[in-house]
Amino acid sequence: MEVPFAVMVGVLFASGLYLMMQRNLMRFVFGLLVLSGSVNVLIFTAGRLTRGAAPVIPAGLSTPAGEVANALPQAVVLTAIVIGFGLIVFTLVLLLRVYERLGTVKTDELGDALVRLDDEDEV
Amino acid sequence: MNSLILRTTTMLLITILLLFSVFLLLRGHDLPGGGFIGGLTAAAAVALYVLAFGAQAANDMVRVRPRALLGVGLTAAVAAGLIAVLFGTPFLTGHWLIIDLPGSAEVKLSTVLLFDVGVYLVVVGTVLTMLFALEGQ
Amino acid sequence: MNLFVVAPVIVPLFSAAVLLLLRHSQGAQRVLATLSTVASVVVAAVLMAQVSSGGIQVVQFGGWTAPFGISFVADHLSAVMVLIASVMALASAVYALRDIDPERERSGFHPLFQVLLVGINGAFLTGDLFNLYVWFEVLLISSFVLLTLGGRRAQLEGGIKYVSVNLLSSMLFLAAIGLLYGLTGTLNMADLAVELRHQDPGLVTTIAMLFMVAFGIKAAVFPLFFWLPASYHTPPIAISAFFAGMLTKVGVYALMRVFTLLFTGDVGYTHTILLWVGAFTMVSGVLTAAAQSDVRKILSFHIISQIGYMIMGLALYTPLALAGAVFYLIHNIVAKANLFLIAGIARRLTGSFDLGRIGGLFKAAPFLSALFLIAALGLAGIPPLSGFWAKLLVVLAALEAGVWWIAAVALGVGLLTLFSMTKIWQYAYWKPAPDDAPVGAAPSRLFYAPVVGLAALTVLLGLWSTPLIGVADAAAAELLDPSRYVGAVLGPEAAASLRAVLEASLGGDQ
Repeated sequence: MEVPFAVMVGVLFASGLYLMMQRNLMRFVFGLLVLSGSVNVLIFTAGRLTRGAAPVIPAGLSTPAGEVANALPQAVVLTAIVIGFGLIVFTLVLLLRVYERLGTVKTDELGDALVRLDDEDEV
Repeated sequence: MNSLILRTTTMLLITILLLFSVFLLLRGHDLPGGGFIGGLTAAAAVALYVLAFGAQAANDMVRVRPRALLGVGLTAAVAAGLIAVLFGTPFLTGHWLIIDLPGSAEVKLSTVLLFDVGVYLVVVGTVLTMLFALEGQ
Repeated sequence: MNLFVVAPVIVPLFSAAVLLLLRHSQGAQRVLATLSTVASVVVAAVLMAQVSSGGIQVVQFGGWTAPFGISFVADHLSAVMVLIASVMALASAVYALRDIDPERERSGFHPLFQVLLVGINGAFLTGDLFNLYVWFEVLLISSFVLLTLGGRRAQLEGGIKYVSVNLLSSMLFLAAIGLLYGLTGTLNMADLAVELRHQDPGLVTTIAMLFMVAFGIKAAVFPLFFWLPASYHTPPIAISAFFAGMLTKVGVYALMRVFTLLFTGDVGYTHTILLWVGAFTMVSGVLTAAAQSDVRKILSFHIISQIGYMIMGLALYTPLALAGAVFYLIHNIVAKANLFLIAGIARRLTGSFDLGRIGGLFKAAPFLSALFLIAALGLAGIPPLSGFWAKLLVVLAALEAGVWWIAAVALGVGLLTLFSMTKIWQYAYWKPAPDDAPVGAAPSRLFYAPVVGLAALTVLLGLWSTPLIGVADAAAAELLDPSRYVGAVLGPEAAASLRAVLEASLGGDQ
């Protein structure tokens, strides 16, 4: 099972990086989403795949009965998803502010927009 | 979004979602669930309210500032860790207080639960901060 | 259970929580934020003393033994980094009392700054690779918000660059962690140090390169530094100065940690790349600085240039070189942040950061000029200031290791740094102010407190360098012998087995 997952991670990784290289920053965010998804699948696969066995110890026992899935990558991926979620929401809010204040979310137009609009002097 | 159907169902659903979030929080001690997923469910309830009635109404309903929730949650989580230090054990070690009730029932209070409540509040606070930042346009 | 190993994280975390609840009282926020940084300095100093006298300190969170739980490990490098981070946080917090406007304070400057310190201290102390990622993200997300707080156009434009490149770096870091976990089945750094010696060296080196790119972006080394000069000059100076001093150094710390503890299986390959990276970083940083006219941009490019020296020390991988790199880290954090703070005061006096539009500071503010000279000459490495010892150590190490060319590069870049500092002196301080110069105002006396303190530290570290050199030597000795780190975390058996493997591989080479 790990091999098709590895291929999938590779394809997602490449797609994410491709999107992140676009001029439009919205596509950059989509690329980031794809990339963080692929990294999460990568970690999950790195912990080896086990089907249909939740890592829960039944009541009354102190060790799992039979085969269970590896719980560590699940915890790691959960944490990574949460962090990724926060980062992406922040990026979206930042983009929204950039669009409001500079009127564009294209990387090559941002510099010009800054020169054109920036009259704020700050102390 | 101004939809009568959404508004009516929201009023029903929000109660259930909030109750379910507390259920998830308490269940998380031994079974799948916990403060994080519970907090997300509670935040989802507020998000639904935002969709149905708008950010301002949701803000009024929540009453407390999301940042205050964050502060209280962080304090609870850190306190849960520090209680362990008071007992002379490493930071974040679990400690239990078992209260026997009449009959064979018992209530287990633990620093783990306090930590989870902290996580719950932090998650609600964080998601609501984000939600109001995005919706407050 | 040693509370002081976790206290550098708990103190600012707890203050952040309380600060979030105190939003309406800005006076109380300021007092608490300053007290919190003072308390951080105190606990960091106690930790440093404990590490100096008792060796590596370890705490296992929740009592779960390593490698199953999360460990916090304080060795000499971690302890000294935590101490300097807390000192810099104190300096910036005092400066921020007058520098940060009420609007930014209402938007949450104080709790965010504490969370930034939480992330930095956590990154220095953790002994678990995934936990390192989490601390990195804690410091990143708070630095994102601090950088764009206030929402001026230049800040937003710089913020986009900073955020996008750093997010890419985080993703690479996380992917590298995933691959490492797939290879070894563990994330505890001490456990990894043992496990990686039994793995296919080719695979390990491949993952090491991913780490090099991920941390290289955060440390702003050549050719991954473009985000830094594009963003560091945009926020208020109190934030800029702390970023300039501390943030890239967390990346340098991470590079030093993984390329001494984990990835030393193929030093000839990985550390040669690091050596070239260091050389290019030094040269490209100092040359691009020469083309700038905004003081903050000149200083930003110098951050990059100076990172090169630390990478060079790491790449040479000898006791003297690593000690030099540690000394350089500490010296540079102090001198660089101070230069930013001084530029902030000069900006208030003259009304601009642009060298072409200002002048006459030597006449108008001789005391500030003296402070600038101390920090600038310290940065350039003029004796008897701290930079002299830092440069001397790394250059001596290069000569000792027989790598003449990098010693020549280091000395040449030192000369160019001096030239650059002379340029700032010439334009901002020496030449008379131009007729159309903008008007400034006298800044509050409080601004001078952190600047004087940091300048005194630069002089002190130069004149009385023995204690810091002692710490740097001890840190280097620990970095070069991973079995001491492993022994402290996993116990003597693991350390003995690692030592056996290391000795066997050394024997095989000869």
